[in-house]
Amino acid sequence: MHRIIRNIRVMDPGDGFDAVTDLAIADGRIVARGPLPADFQAEEVLDGTGLIACPGFVETSFQGHTPGHGRDGDLASELRAAVAGGVTQVLLRPDTLPVADTPAVLQEQRAVAGHLALARVHLAGALTTQLQGVALTEMAGLMESGAIVFSQAKKPVASAALLRLALSYAADLGRPVLLHGEESELAAHGVMHEGRLSIRLGLIGRPVAAEQIGVQRDIAIAALSGCPVHFPHLSTAAAVAEVAAARQRGEPVTCGVSIHHLLLTEQDVGFFNLHAKILPPLRTAADRDALRHALAAGAITAISSDHCPWGVDREGMTFIQAPFGIAAVEWLLPLALRLVEEGVVNLMTILRLLSIGPAQALGLTPPSLAVGATADLCIFDPESRFMVEPTQGWSRGRNLPYGQWELRGQVRFTLVAGRVIFRS
Amino acid sequence: MSATLRFGEGNLQYDAQGRLRHLLSTEGLRERELLQILDTAESFLSIANRSVKKTPTLRGRTIANLFFENSTRTRSTFELAAKRLSADVLNIAVSTSSASKGESLTDMIDNLMAMQVDGFVIRHPEAGAAHLVARHLGDSALVVNAGDGQHAHPTQALLDVFTIRRLGGPIEDRVVAIVGDVFHSRVARSQIHALSVLGCPEIRVIGPRTLVPEELSALGVHVYHDLQAGLRGVDVICALRLQRERMESHRLPSLDEFHRRFGLTPERLQWAEPGALVLHPGPMNRGVEIASEVADGAQAVILQQVAHGLAVRMAVLAILAGAAGGV
Repeated sequence: MHRIIRNIRVMDPGDGFDAVTDLAIADGRIVARGPLPADFQAEEVLDGTGLIACPGFVETSFQGHTPGHGRDGDLASELRAAVAGGVTQVLLRPDTLPVADTPAVLQEQRAVAGHLALARVHLAGALTTQLQGVALTEMAGLMESGAIVFSQAKKPVASAALLRLALSYAADLGRPVLLHGEESELAAHGVMHEGRLSIRLGLIGRPVAAEQIGVQRDIAIAALSGCPVHFPHLSTAAAVAEVAAARQRGEPVTCGVSIHHLLLTEQDVGFFNLHAKILPPLRTAADRDALRHALAAGAITAISSDHCPWGVDREGMTFIQAPFGIAAVEWLLPLALRLVEEGVVNLMTILRLLSIGPAQALGLTPPSLAVGATADLCIFDPESRFMVEPTQGWSRGRNLPYGQWELRGQVRFTLVAGRVIFRS
Repeated sequence: MSATLRFGEGNLQYDAQGRLRHLLSTEGLRERELLQILDTAESFLSIANRSVKKTPTLRGRTIANLFFENSTRTRSTFELAAKRLSADVLNIAVSTSSASKGESLTDMIDNLMAMQVDGFVIRHPEAGAAHLVARHLGDSALVVNAGDGQHAHPTQALLDVFTIRRLGGPIEDRVVAIVGDVFHSRVARSQIHALSVLGCPEIRVIGPRTLVPEELSALGVHVYHDLQAGLRGVDVICALRLQRERMESHRLPSLDEFHRRFGLTPERLQWAEPGALVLHPGPMNRGVEIASEVADGAQAVILQQVAHGLAVRMAVLAILAGAAGGV
């Protein structure tokens, strides 16, 4: 199908292109950015006046609950939420039920994703069986079934020796490994940030030192084999500094941050707000501000929504029982635009942190709007204001602390390979 | 950040008209209501000395005692408090009920609400359980937190400040020390907030760093790791129960070692002000946090605390039910 988008502000962080112009799409690719070929015939012409087109977003941490029991959502519900958020590529977290540690599980995920034909779905194989950090998975077999990276989801590998072997083995295969850097004993049983509020609430905390030590250790072990490592969701200034130092030394280490850690603090836990319970935990305002600085300085290269839906059944749980996670992929862009509004980074940088940065961390071709690139794009209205209504979302997850937040910026169209998979 | 609505904003304990509806924590309790509870408790205390100990205050109301954790003192004084106010009392021992069948806390509450329960007294091993129930119920029934994990135990703290006020003099000029496992203690947290609201000029916490971390100073207390230094100039000593689990989690080498450093003995009592009051929430470990000579000595007010607990719990139930005028 041929499509023309007229009079749209095209922002491509790949080459810095930023102008109001026309886009032409044919056979799933961008065929013109600027003056259209005279003979170009399109079946659909979209009016882009007042809208912005940018590369589709890449989500590095996506809990699709497939395979799973379905009560908390599944790939169908969650991918609809993702495309409604302008996300065109997601990496599935391997901590599904059962864990994505065998080729059969990945084949099922691939089959379901193929049938849905929404966003592009990338698969992560578990780095260790059951994510338990005790034995290596059949990584080559997982790759044959579609794994593009290996991941520990939210589980640190407690044994340094086993982590060394796992990273060495993965290094042979040339794929990045995603790690959750945390010293597991120091963080054991913690349900929130260890600090003033955890003391007040009588809840067990996870100290900053646990993340710092975990990341420091994982980086040192990764250096032994040279395996590229990505930390998709760091929460502390100390850990980000460890990554920055490793990159200075030339080591292939990158890190991302969840949008939640950039907007919220431990204070959002308030009096036991389940919806502010995430892993790693929300930290202090000082850490949040340090993450924002690191983002502006380029030390953090990706923003994730760290999408993890939990259904309505979970609402009756106590803070300690409730699982970790926030489901807000649908509002990733307007949440991220708050950082532009608050002067943390400019719009082009945010778009890069949502698309190119995460793609590079996963070893994917960076999305682009240049002529010849695959037409995966997000078209949004940067000015439209709305109120977040969690029950109106596509996700089955009700677990987000943004209910009644007033946000700006709504996704109007999401295209994957030139096909409109979401419009509002 | 602009336009963010924070969860739990506004105080769950108060209804839209600013009336105390639930007692979940002494944190965020206004001085006015705290004093109202203490003053009401004074009048209930006198009722206990009459031959007819009942008042009709809560006649026709039903109070459910929902205890997910063992308790003798707290459960029986709440039961007695409700009965002396003429309420019908439903005691639910949760080990034998549906929690063990996988029913959620809020479902259990809904079922009891279908039986027209007017109030819940809840003890639960997890912090935040009473908040969860109060948020779920809104104004439809009252909730009293009878202990939630390591978070809060407001009626214990209220009976402690009641005891201090009654037997130790005005709280505005008393120096109070809380000794022992403060980190794991819901009693200590609630005491600290209650004492702060009442204008206590100095609150100290004393114990080994593994049980009394420096971060506690965030609660507005002075942190001591040396008993002698901590007790100097103190008018009121609140000992805390030491749980045996602390040995298993390696926070302490042994009970004897704890006693060696922080046990309250008659000699160490001399370090405090003469005649300093000694409180303990019970149950006591004699010879661990407190020596028998102190527990049974003239300065201990531990049994008075229990009697006061009954009056304070009557006052809390009466005030939350909006019936304090009926005393």
